Amino acid sequence: MSLLRSKTAFMEDLKEVEIPFKQGVVESLNAGDLISLSGTLFTGRDQTHRRMIDLLDQGQPLPVDLAGQLLYYVGPSPAKPGQVIGAAGPTTSYRMDTYTPRLLELGLKATMGKGSRSMPVREAMKERGAIYLAAFGGAGAYLSKCIVSAELVAFEDAGPEALFKFVVKGFPAVVINDVHGVDYYEVVKGQGK
Amino acid sequence: MREIESAAITEAVKNITMAAGCDLEPDILEGLLKARDRETSPLARNILELFLLNADVASREKIPVCQDTGVAVVFVELGQDVHVVGDLNDAIQKGIKEGYGEGYLRKSVCDPITRVNTGTNTPAVIHFELVPGSKIKIFMLPKGCGSENMSGLTMLPPSAGLKGMVDFVVNQAVNAGPNPCPPILVGVGMGGTFEKAAILAKKALTRSLGKASPRQDVAALEEEILDKINEMGQGVQGLGGVNTALAVHIESFPSHIASLPVAVNIQCHAHRHKEITI
Repeated sequence: MSLLRSKTAFMEDLKEVEIPFKQGVVESLNAGDLISLSGTLFTGRDQTHRRMIDLLDQGQPLPVDLAGQLLYYVGPSPAKPGQVIGAAGPTTSYRMDTYTPRLLELGLKATMGKGSRSMPVREAMKERGAIYLAAFGGAGAYLSKCIVSAELVAFEDAGPEALFKFVVKGFPAVVINDVHGVDYYEVVKGQGK
Repeated sequence: MREIESAAITEAVKNITMAAGCDLEPDILEGLLKARDRETSPLARNILELFLLNADVASREKIPVCQDTGVAVVFVELGQDVHVVGDLNDAIQKGIKEGYGEGYLRKSVCDPITRVNTGTNTPAVIHFELVPGSKIKIFMLPKGCGSENMSGLTMLPPSAGLKGMVDFVVNQAVNAGPNPCPPILVGVGMGGTFEKAAILAKKALTRSLGKASPRQDVAALEEEILDKINEMGQGVQGLGGVNTALAVHIESFPSHIASLPVAVNIQCHAHRHKEITI
C-alpha cells in the first residue's frame, strides 16, 4: 500500500459536526458538505424499521427516543473478541424510504446510508427540517475504526439487523439532502453529459 | 478416477470464504489504483484512496472489507474423472457455514417469506459445471446485495439488435446511480435463454477484473459500453468523476432465432472473490 499518496489530507478538511445535533446545526449544513461526525447515533435497517413501525401501529413506544437523533442504516458484521464492532459501512437507503416519513414525524433529525431517497422522503425532510447523509459504501473496515463503542439496544434476535447505539469519532460523510430541498446526487447528475 | 474426500472440500471452501471476506485480490486492488490515477475529480480521488486504505485495514486486521459479506455464490468446475467421497453439495455448504462463523462474517441469508435469518449464511447458491479432467475448481463470490438489487434482465426482440443491448446495459448501470457502491463492475450475459443469460452475467463477474473478452467484437463492445457509462459522470459513489464503472465483462451464448435475452449483474467496488483448485 505504499502507493497511497496521502492517508489524511481528505479527512483533515472535513467539517466537524457533533451528534445529536446542537440547535441550528442541521439548518447550517448544505448539500455537498463533507462532514466528520462525532457523538452518539442509533442504527437500524430493514427489519429494525419494520418492527419500529409495527410498534407505532400498535400504539407502543419505540425502544429509543429518536427526536433530534441521527439514524444510521447499517447491519454490522459481528465483532471479534476484543473488537468494538465488525465492519460497519452504510447499507442502501431506498429500502427504508417507505418507513422514513413516519420516523421524521417523531422528530428524527437525520438519516445516513448510501444512495438516493424517494421524492416523498425528500419532501418530508424539507417539511420537517431534516437532512440525509451518505457514508462511504464499501469502506466498512475503515469506518469500524471510527466507532468508539457499540451497545445493543433492541431487537437482538434480528441479528445484524438489531438496533445499536454507537459512539463515533471522526466518522466521515457527505450531506446529500439539506433542509432547503437540494439533492446533491441530482446536482452531480446535472454536471454530467 | 481420482478420489477426493468431502472433508477436504469443506476445509478448502471454509478457507477461501474467510480469505475472500477480508482480502481483496490483486486484480481489484490494481483496478482501484488505476481508477485513482485516471480520476479527474479531487473528491473522487480521495474516496478511491479511502477504499484502498480500507482494503489495507481489512487485510491487516482481518476485518471484513464490507459489512455486507454477501450471499455466497459458488461456481464449481468438477472434473469428470473426480469421484467425491461423500456428499459434494453438503461439503460445500458446510464449508460456507464454518467460514462465515469462524471468520466473523455477517450472516445475511434469510427466508424470503418469513424474513427469518438462517443464522449460518447458508444455503449458498452453487453452480456446478462438468469439465474434462481430474481436478475440482471452486470459485467463491461473496455477493453483496446493494449491488445485486440493481441488476436486471430483459427479453429483447432480435430487431433491437446491438443498439438495444448496449442501451439496456448502459441504462441499467446508470439508473443504478449511487445505490450499488460505484465504481461498479458490470457483468453482462447476452443471448442464451432467460436463466442462461442471468447465469452468464454472474459468471462474467468471475473473470479477472478488466480482462477483455477473447472475442474481438465482444471486447470492443465491452469498451464501448464502459466509455458510455463513464461519460455520464456519476462517478465514485455518485459524487462525480470519470469512474462510475471499473469494467464491463460480457459473456455471450447463442440464442433462439426469436429471442435476445440480456442480463446485467451489477457488482460493487468491494469485489471480493477467491478460488482454489484441488
